[in-house]
Amino acid sequence: MNSTLLRTTALRSALRASAPTAATRAGLAGTTFVRGKATLPDLPYDYGALEPSISGAIMELHHKNHHNTYVTSFNTFSEQIAEAKAKEDITAQIALQPLLNFHGGGHVNHTLFWENLAPTAQGGGEPPSGALAKAINDSYGSLDAFQTKFNAALAGVQGSGWAWLVQDTQTGSVGIKTYANQDPVVGQFRPILGIDAWEHAYYLQYQNRKAEYFKAIWNVINWKAAEKRFQ
Amino acid sequence: MSAPTYTLPPLPYAYDALEPHISAQIMELHHSKHHQTYITNLNAALKTQAEAVHASDITTQVSLQQGIRFNAGGHINHSLFWQNLAPASSGDAKSSAAPQLVKQIKATWGDEDKFRDAFKTALLGIQGSGWGWLVKVETGNEQRLTIVTTKDQDPVVGKGEVPIFGVDMWEHAYYLQYLNGKAAYVENIWNVINWKTAEDRYLGTRADAFKLLKASI
Ligand SMILES: [Fe+2]
Ligand SMILES: [Fe+2]
Ligand SMILES: [Fe+2]
Repeated sequence: MNSTLLRTTALRSALRASAPTAATRAGLAGTTFVRGKATLPDLPYDYGALEPSISGAIMELHHKNHHNTYVTSFNTFSEQIAEAKAKEDITAQIALQPLLNFHGGGHVNHTLFWENLAPTAQGGGEPPSGALAKAINDSYGSLDAFQTKFNAALAGVQGSGWAWLVQDTQTGSVGIKTYANQDPVVGQFRPILGIDAWEHAYYLQYQNRKAEYFKAIWNVINWKAAEKRFQ
Repeated sequence: MSAPTYTLPPLPYAYDALEPHISAQIMELHHSKHHQTYITNLNAALKTQAEAVHASDITTQVSLQQGIRFNAGGHINHSLFWQNLAPASSGDAKSSAAPQLVKQIKATWGDEDKFRDAFKTALLGIQGSGWGWLVKVETGNEQRLTIVTTKDQDPVVGKGEVPIFGVDMWEHAYYLQYLNGKAAYVENIWNVINWKTAEDRYLGTRADAFKLLKASI
């Protein structure tokens, strides 16, 4: 990803140096976005592999339809924002920002979410170890106490949103934060483990009984993935 | 110091009366579970608030505000929503049941189709959970119509605002039937909008629109 960014920047400066006409500017926007297009990642397990905690029907819709819509919409709005930038249309760029945040956030959040789930046969539900386990114990006393607090945070989401175990990049300590809609974990905090509290994440199986979903999902949490994100 | 207790208003039609546009399963869960939960949580918060007022505990009172706003909003929105829906076979579900309102809709948006398109765009533009409303705004002797979207359970209770009809865009309102196809839900709901209720709210005052909430205390 870093090298892609670098290449794009180098290409931009090269073209800027040759004083681009409107035509080459439009060409640049096209090239950049074909190259940098977001794509739907494959799930690292089958749709039915998280049953009975999360049904195969939910996983398939969630991945193939919901996540994919965030991906295609993000690409559309990225392209529009590049066009607005090329035209030096500042108000259009600003107007597109919330759409980029929403759909880009949806893409980032779901990508992290699929990784931090795993079937029990592949380690789902196995408690964390090492430095992350220690950080959780230091902050919450025990894994059980942490999960109780996390589930209370999930239950407290008013509307659509996510709860995340985050690491404060300034202090290194962990904490629980909720985010509205598809707001991604960026800035001061690093995402370690996220749970989707949108109704589409559980409704076909749990309907209004969301507390049951919040309880069951811990059986398929991939703590190994969380440990890799923790620094 | 006692707090009022709100109760679930009965639906003005059967759970299956909005089929095939909204399934009986959705209606039953939505009314008996989701709406009931807002009321249960609202009553609990109001009781705690009454105790905090009695005890002059101002920090508890302030900490309860967001929960009261959310759950009261959920109660207000759903109470208005059930009333602004009607079985498709009913005469109330035709826009001809709202001659005065339709006249102003045409004056505002050009024609009914343009209004429906604008309403649809607003509904599909909601990011996350929320509602879309047709609202009458009264300022002095003037009044106008506008389309408003609100997030989560924020209710339309601003000064001079009269909610004419609302559409619930939370996923629980359509997911069991429409899955991620919310555009189809938004299309089909026009078949079950209660234009008679809409006309009454349009011609009435703000207090008229909200009077059913008092009745359900
Ligand atoms: Fe999701
Ligand atoms: Fe939702
Ligand atoms: Fe609802």
